[in-house]
Parts: sequence; C-alpha cells; structure tokens
Amino acid sequence: MSNIPETGRTQRVTIRLIILQILVVSLLLTLGGRLWYLQIRNGQQYTQQAANNHIQEVVDPATRGQILDARGVPLADNQTRLVVTVNRTDIMKMKDGGKAVLRRLGGVLGMKYQDVADKVRLCDAKTPRPCWNGSPYQPIPITDTATTQQALQIMERREDFPGIAAQPTAVRRYAGPDGSNTAQALGYLSPVTDDEIQASMKNGQPTLQRSDQVGRSGLEHTYDSQLRGKAGIIRYEVDNRGRVIGDAGDTPAVPGDSIVTSIDSRVQAITEQQLAAAMKDARNTYDNVTHENYKADSGAAVVMDVHTGRVIAMASAPTYDPNEWVGGISAKDYAALTGKDSDYPLLNRAIQGQSAPGSTFKVISTSAAVNAGYDINGHYSCPASMSIGGQVFKNFEGEQAGDISLAHALEISCDTVFYGLSYDQWLKDGGNNPKNPADWFYKTAHQFGLGAKTGIDLPSELSGRVPDRQWKQAEYDAMKKSWCAQAASGKHDYATDIAREDCTDGNRMRAGDSVNYAIGQGDTLVTPIQMARIYSAISNGGTLYQPAIGKAIVSPDGKHVEQIPPKPVGKLPDSPQTIHYIDDALAGVVTSGTAAWKFGGWPQDKITLHAKTGTAEVYGKQTTSWFDTYSKDYAIVMTISQGGTGSGGSGQAVRNIYSALYGVQSNGSIDQKKALLPAPQQRLPKFGPDGLVQQADLTTPDPKAFAYPGNASGGPTDATPVVALAPERNEKLLLGRRYHA
Amino acid sequence: MTSSLGGYSIRRFTPERSMVGKLLARDSVVRRMDWILTAAAIALSAVGSLLVWSATRGRTSINHGDPQYFLIRHLMNLAIGIGLAVGTIAVGHRRVRGVIPILYGVSILLLLAVLSPLGSTVNGAHSWIVIGGGFSLQPSEFAKITIVLGMAMILSGRVDAGDQMHPDNRTVLQSLGLAIVPMGVILLMPDLGSTMVIVVTLLGVLLSSGASNRWVFGLLTVGAAGAVAVWQLHLLSKYQIDRFAAFANPALDPSGVGYNTAQARIAIGSGGLLGKGLFHGGQTTGQFVPEQQTDFVFTVAGEELGFVGAGLIIVLVGIILWRACRISRQATDLYGTIITAGIVAWFAFQSFENIGMTLGIMPVAGIPLPFVSYGGSSMFAVWIGVGLLQSVRIQRPVSA
Repeated sequence: MSNIPETGRTQRVTIRLIILQILVVSLLLTLGGRLWYLQIRNGQQYTQQAANNHIQEVVDPATRGQILDARGVPLADNQTRLVVTVNRTDIMKMKDGGKAVLRRLGGVLGMKYQDVADKVRLCDAKTPRPCWNGSPYQPIPITDTATTQQALQIMERREDFPGIAAQPTAVRRYAGPDGSNTAQALGYLSPVTDDEIQASMKNGQPTLQRSDQVGRSGLEHTYDSQLRGKAGIIRYEVDNRGRVIGDAGDTPAVPGDSIVTSIDSRVQAITEQQLAAAMKDARNTYDNVTHENYKADSGAAVVMDVHTGRVIAMASAPTYDPNEWVGGISAKDYAALTGKDSDYPLLNRAIQGQSAPGSTFKVISTSAAVNAGYDINGHYSCPASMSIGGQVFKNFEGEQAGDISLAHALEISCDTVFYGLSYDQWLKDGGNNPKNPADWFYKTAHQFGLGAKTGIDLPSELSGRVPDRQWKQAEYDAMKKSWCAQAASGKHDYATDIAREDCTDGNRMRAGDSVNYAIGQGDTLVTPIQMARIYSAISNGGTLYQPAIGKAIVSPDGKHVEQIPPKPVGKLPDSPQTIHYIDDALAGVVTSGTAAWKFGGWPQDKITLHAKTGTAEVYGKQTTSWFDTYSKDYAIVMTISQGGTGSGGSGQAVRNIYSALYGVQSNGSIDQKKALLPAPQQRLPKFGPDGLVQQADLTTPDPKAFAYPGNASGGPTDATPVVALAPERNEKLLLGRRYHA
Repeated sequence: MTSSLGGYSIRRFTPERSMVGKLLARDSVVRRMDWILTAAAIALSAVGSLLVWSATRGRTSINHGDPQYFLIRHLMNLAIGIGLAVGTIAVGHRRVRGVIPILYGVSILLLLAVLSPLGSTVNGAHSWIVIGGGFSLQPSEFAKITIVLGMAMILSGRVDAGDQMHPDNRTVLQSLGLAIVPMGVILLMPDLGSTMVIVVTLLGVLLSSGASNRWVFGLLTVGAAGAVAVWQLHLLSKYQIDRFAAFANPALDPSGVGYNTAQARIAIGSGGLLGKGLFHGGQTTGQFVPEQQTDFVFTVAGEELGFVGAGLIIVLVGIILWRACRISRQATDLYGTIITAGIVAWFAFQSFENIGMTLGIMPVAGIPLPFVSYGGSSMFAVWIGVGLLQSVRIQRPVSA
C-alpha cells in the first residue's frame, strides 16, 4: 500500500505522538528509579526483613555442665530421660488441628486428651497454665518420664504420630553419691522468667533462651554462666504459613563447663548423717530450763580445709530432695518447701543461719584482751558472780575457780574472767562517757571477719552482726520511736522494761552490753561458715581464707582446666605466740575442758583436736548449741538451734566425723585403710580425652559404724572426771539479749 | 510454484517465487515486520515463563501437586497468543475494520455474560467466565482491544476520507459513547484496575486522534473531578480508601492490601543487585507474596533476579513501547496511528500500574503485567495487540 499517498497527518497529531512517547519514557524511568531505590539503596533493610520473615529459629539447649566432688564423683549431672515432644507446626497443619493425634498420644502415655492439649497450647494473657510459653517452632515437651515401651510405640508407628517425637534428652539429676544430699550447697534450677530474658540482653540479643533453666541458689546459681554453656540454634526456612521448607544454617550448642568442688561426697554424707543424728539425739534430751525435750528445729555443720578455706562438707537441716525441682516443681511441693508452715528447708543454714556464738566467741575475747595489753601469762579472777553497774552477772552455774590463766578460762569456759576483762576495757574506754574508745573487743571481732560476709561462692550469704557503737546508734535511730511508744504504755513486764530503758539511752554502749558481749551473748550474730573460717585460721597460724566450694572449672572436653586458687583475704590480728597460746588452750578443752566428756579415748597424741563449746541463749527459745573444732587439717563447726549445750548437742557427732576422716576406731586405734580423707584432697580429678571424669569408687559409709549415745547416756561416760565446770547449763542465766537476770 | 506431472515439469515463465522466497522478499510481510519488537516481546514472555514457574513450583495448594502445572499452561497460552498475533497479521488491521462492529458486539455480550450467572468471582472482582477444564476467560482483556479498534474506526473514518482535518465534536462524542458501555459494565464488576487502564487507553486514543485539546483536558478534568467527588462525598467507605491508600502506607491495611504491598516490597528490596538466583528467593519459595504468578509476578524477578533482572524487564517493556511509538509515527493513516497509540497507552499504563504497585508507588489493582503474568486472556490480548502493531508496521511506506 506504499503507493497510497500518506494521509496528511497533521502537526497536532505528530506532536501528540511525541508527547505520548515522552510520557511513556518518563513512566519507565520512574519505575527504574524506584526499583533502584528499593533494591540498591534500601536493599540491606529489606534483606533483613526478608530474613526475619522466613527464618524461624529453634533452640537446641546446651547440656549443662556437671558439678563434681573433689574426687570427680558427680553431685549434679544429667540423666538421659525419654522426653516426648509435640511439634506444634506439624500438628497445626492437620485438618483437625491435631486432635486425633493428641488423643492417640494421650492414650499411649496414659494422659487425658485435655492435659496433652493444654500443654501444647500457646501462652497468652488469657490462657491459664499449663501452656507453652516458648517458641511455637520449638518441640513442646509433654512428659520426661516416658517408658521405653511408650517411646517405641510412638516411634514405630510414625504414621499414627506425625509431629510427635520421643527422644532421649538430658535432664538434671542430683545423684546423691555415697548417700549424700548436699541440697542447699548445690542449689536447684527453675525455668527462666521473662524479666531475666530481658535483663540478659546483650547486643540486642538475649543470652538466655525461653527454654533455659536458671540456677536459683547454691552452686547452680553462682556458677550458672559457666555451667549453662551456649544453646545452639537450628534455623528453619518457613513459608507464609509457618511450614518448614528448608534448612537455613545451624549454630551448634556448646555444652557447659563442669565445676570441680572441694566437697567430698563421703564426708558430706557423714556430716549430714551426724548432724541429723545429733539433732535426733537432742530431741531425746530433756531441757531442765524449759522442762521439755530440746526441739532441735534446725542445724548446720561445716567441714573446712584449714589450709585453703575450702569446704569439704556443708550440711544444713532440715533439708529436702533437690530432685524435686527437676522437670518443674508441683505447686504442692513448692508450698511445702517455701510456705509459711514449712521449716524453710531451702535455707542454707551454714551461711544463712545467724545466731549468737555463745562461748565459742571467747577465742576472740581472748585475742582482744591480749591485744588490748592484758598479760597473756597473767591470772584472772573467776568468781561465781560479779556485780557490774548495779547488776549481778553470774558464772555458769554459780561455780568459781579462783585466779586462773586465760587458757584455763577458755578450757572451763569461765564467764566471769571475760566479764572482768571486758568491763575493765569498757571503763578504760570512758565507761558511760566514752572518749575516743579503743573498743578492742569489737575491733577484734571485725578483724576476725565477723559482721561481714565471708565471700563464699554461694549466693545469699548473711553477714552476721557485731553490736558495736555504730550498730547501736543505727539501731537506736531506727527503733527509737517504737521503743518509746512501747515504754509509754506503762506496763511493767520484761519487754516493756527493756523498751523503756532503750527509749532513753538505747544508743549508749552500757557496761552490761560489753560484759555480755565478751562471752558471745546479746546482739552478736554469727554464721557457721564465719566460725569455721575463724577456727581454721587459728589452726593454720592466722590466715583467714575466703571460703570456697568451687575448685576448678573444666571445659566439656576436659582439656581446659581453670583452677580456682585458695584466696587468703586477711590475717588474724594476733602474734604467733598468742595463736599458739589459744591453740594449746583449745586442745585443753578436748582433754580436760568442757568437751572432754565427749572425747574419752580419743587418740589425742596422734590426732590433736582443738575445740570450743558454746551455748548461746535466745530470748524465748531454748539454747543454741555451738561446737567449733579443728585438727591440723580440718575445722568442723556444728550448730543446732534449740539443741542444748555445745558439747552435749554436737560433741559426739563431730567426734564421729573426725573418726571417719582419720579412720579412728571405737577403741581409739587408727585404721589408715578406713580413713576417708586423712588429708584434704589437693589434686583435681583426672579427665579422660573424651572429657569424662575418671571417677573414684563410690563408698557408702555405714552410719551404724559410729557409736551414738542416746538420751540415756547423756553424761560423761568413760571420760576422766573433769575439774571443769559442768557442761550442762541448767540455770537460766542470761536470758535473751539482756542481762537482767 | 512447481508441479511435477508424469516425470517432467513445466516451468512457468512468470518468475513465481517459492513460499520461502516470498516470505524473504524485500517487500514481504516477514521482512517488513518489526523484528526488534517481536524479539523483545518473545524475550519478555520467556522471562515471564521462568518467573511464573518459579512462583508456582511450590504452591501445592493450587498446582495440583505438579510443579510444572502452571509453566505448561503458561507456555500453551503463549503459543496460542503468538498464533493469534500471526492470525491478526494475516488478516491485517484494515480488513478487520469491516468486522469491528461485530467484534464490539461480541465483546459486549461476553462482558454482560460475566454479570450473568455464567460469571465467577476471583479476588473480589467478578470478571471471569469459567469455561471448564481449568480455563477461564476474562472478557475485559478483549474489551480493551475492541474499544481501541472501535474508537479508531469512528475517529479516523472522516479524517482518513479527507472530510475533516481532525475528528469533530460529534465524532469524538460517538467514540466516547462506544467506549462508555463496556467501561460501565467493567466498573460494575467491579474491576477498577481494568477501568483505569481503559481510561488511560482512551486518553491515548483521543490524544493521537488529533481531537481538540478541550476533549483531552476535559477528559482529564472530568476524571480528576470524579476522584475528588468520590473522596469528598464519601462515596467510598474508610476501609475502601485505606485499601486504596495502603500502597503508600501498608499500615493502613496490614492484613489485606497492605500485607501484599509490604511483602512485595520486602521481596523486591531483598533481591539487591543480582538477586538470590532463580528458584532461590525466600519470599517466593515461602509464598509470602499473594498472587505472585499473576499480578505480583514482578516481585519474583525483583527477588530472584535482582536489580539486573527486574531492570531487564523494564528495559524490554521499554523496547516494545519505543518500537510501538515508532510504528505509530510511521502509520500511513490516522486509523493505524490511533490503533497503535492506543496500544502504546494500554501497554504502557498497564505495565506501569502493575510494576508500580509492586514497588509501592501505585495503588494495588488487580491487573496483570503484559507478556509476563500468568493468565490466558491477558496473554491473548497483548499478543493480538502485537499483531495489530505489526500489521500497521507492515503497511508503512517502504521508505520509512
């Protein structure tokens, strides 16, 4: 048709066609520019969003490290249990939302359908527990106590149980080797809380996962970060409905480090058994003051290596089974452990039990007196009673011993000697009008580490109290109002009289306060671990160690071992002569002093024991028994609340622990072969190339191997008659924190 | 042509050329075709096939368990489309002129059939006729062609006859009247996207017809006034307005259109310069973008082929449109000029709207990307369009 002349296309049409072409080009340029903006300029941002969109992460929990005793015996390890899990994303894909499968699963496991379904539902504000508060892509555990048969039923009938898995999974176990329990020192785990996940944020990523268990107390808490390891992450590529369509690279889990402790499970077992036996014995013993048997409601015992401050055994009573926490504690069990009506078994009374030290404090008073300038070789009067500030301070049973040395005063625990020394010092410090008081007795207590935490590697340690002038002032400032209010009531009973007195001058250090203080009564509070440390220091020549249970941190493959060295943190303020003097005196307590009646037949020439008894009085309660002892290797401290006297309550128990440690037989001979631990274990256990610890053989000691006198044999038996003051306090002397008697 | 009878042959004197020779002759239909346009259209269709394949491989809910289900159908559609283009070239746009009223009538009937019980609804738009066997027809796609052809016929008639310089007002009104009927039916479906495309196509047709500026600007004014009226008189509910505006701010409709646009933007944005590789886009394999084989097919290119691949699609569309504009300027009569300009406006706006909505610069409307999206009706319509372009091209002056 080319021969047909062109129709005269007008200028207008030509221009418009060019306009059309320009419009088209500009539209396309717009698209290109926008494409560049999205893909090149902001590409990074969208890449991130895309990743968030279709990558789902599932946590692969790390195996928690073991807690080992000094020989490598696991105190806490992981048990393989058959855990049945439900994969929620698989279940939800089914037409009936997995109802049929869950019903079948309930049938196999012997659970109700509703119970299974409740565990699988996701938690939100409206859903009551139980519900799953982890990632919906995480396999949800239904039970960790499946039998092999149940697991086989599930795994062999895959077609009947899509999305269900039964897999061996590591679950915490507190093995209790050698019959030990070690509950409070080990602590326990419980699931992480939302707040903790928030608090663990590092670089915008939480270091804790929802599925994590966190150490709540004891070693599990202190060494939580080392034990935990690092959870792995399995990344799935998912589609818009959450269905898994591929892998997106995994981060493998790193198992946690193991902790080697200084605890010896055998000694731990003995210590626990002996504490329990001593308390049982006390409950069979008649208290002449309250005219009923001792209640012995709680107690604690510590065995410490005197040369390192390491704890070889730590017992606290009442106790509990730490395995109760594994796999989630039931509400009922939880109430029994923590409720108002429980006896608070979770408390570690070795570091959290505070009470007045009683006469075990006298080593500090002795040191204070010597440092204050009183002659160490001098003789001091031990009258039956003293009148100080218009009040009468009696000796224990009104007995007297004439002028005696400080050593003898320690042996027989003569109160009046220390009353006199403290009163004299109080007068020197200015009495009721103090002028730059030296306060030797209080200063020395601080120097012995009282009134402060020892820094042991356990959480929630209490510091005790030294009732010095600062404390009295602080207490007065805090309490004045309520004291004065009580005083204004006009009543004339014991408590109101004290309140009245305190209302006027409760901030003043009175003569009676100082006198009372010198024998470990009154407002002084100490913990068993503090006393174990002090007596260890006397044994080792004066070094105060920071007590520790952790000895080394060992990597999972056993190749990397990080030792935790003993940490000397101070020195006793005493000269070697003073320490030697006290050391001798405390040996005398065992041979001829207040503890002698419990140590008849002890091979003191081969294994020299040193001890100090204490019987602290508590207002409204029976006396607290203290028995602080040491050999050249070990310090053993035992205390029983409402347990009677120091030697009566704990003497036999502590002796039995020493017997077990050194292999002392009932006839006084020493059988090295039967000695559990003649010297503290210094070496670390060996780790094989696979990281497994080379375990020592387990030996469960027979509690019956130790003679234990019952109520009937409550008095001295084969001990040589003592020139000492009678060990049983049967007179109400210093009731409560006051000296009105 | 040769014939062999009884062992000898008689060769005619007239230099009859062989079929191949005819096709390859300098003035032949084949040689006169715009091969650059054809190549670009085929390339675009090829890329589109890959993208449709990638988008549907894993969509087990719709592909009947066969990863190639959509690919095979898409290639069939493409083959039919190319066949229709060849047919259109063979018939030629001039010869079509005579049957335009019939085509127009058929297309109106088909559109009405959609409104009848024969029609079915897909994604909120009642614009399909299900034929059976997994095939369905979208008459609005064909209506675009008949509107262009019908208007071109009316507007060019007296100008090409030499009666007028430009179409007069009466002619313009007649052509608008022709367009308004199918537009109204499509708007009733409601198929807002196709309506928008037809309005812009109509503008292209009027522009190229030489109709007076009053008509062009008048139409623009009416459109703007209509939009303002809809807005001011609250003819649309807030939900509908949010839906419309969600392309700019996905938060306005986070579970509906906003979700589409947000996911589309993530898919394209995450592609970067070179993309994640065909079949390796997480957004695509994860089926995060709805309607990805049809309206949102461009997101597959963005994610898996990156800026380079997605840019190539825009460039190919550009080549097609550039060549189409050239053909329009070369057309020997106003009839051919209007047809080609209308097709340019149609292809250009439909591509811009489709890609623009995936990029978040245009509101979401359910229209396919020419040559690329899955869908038979659209594929047939655009290839008929190519056939018309080639037909006009073939009849250009040899010198051009």
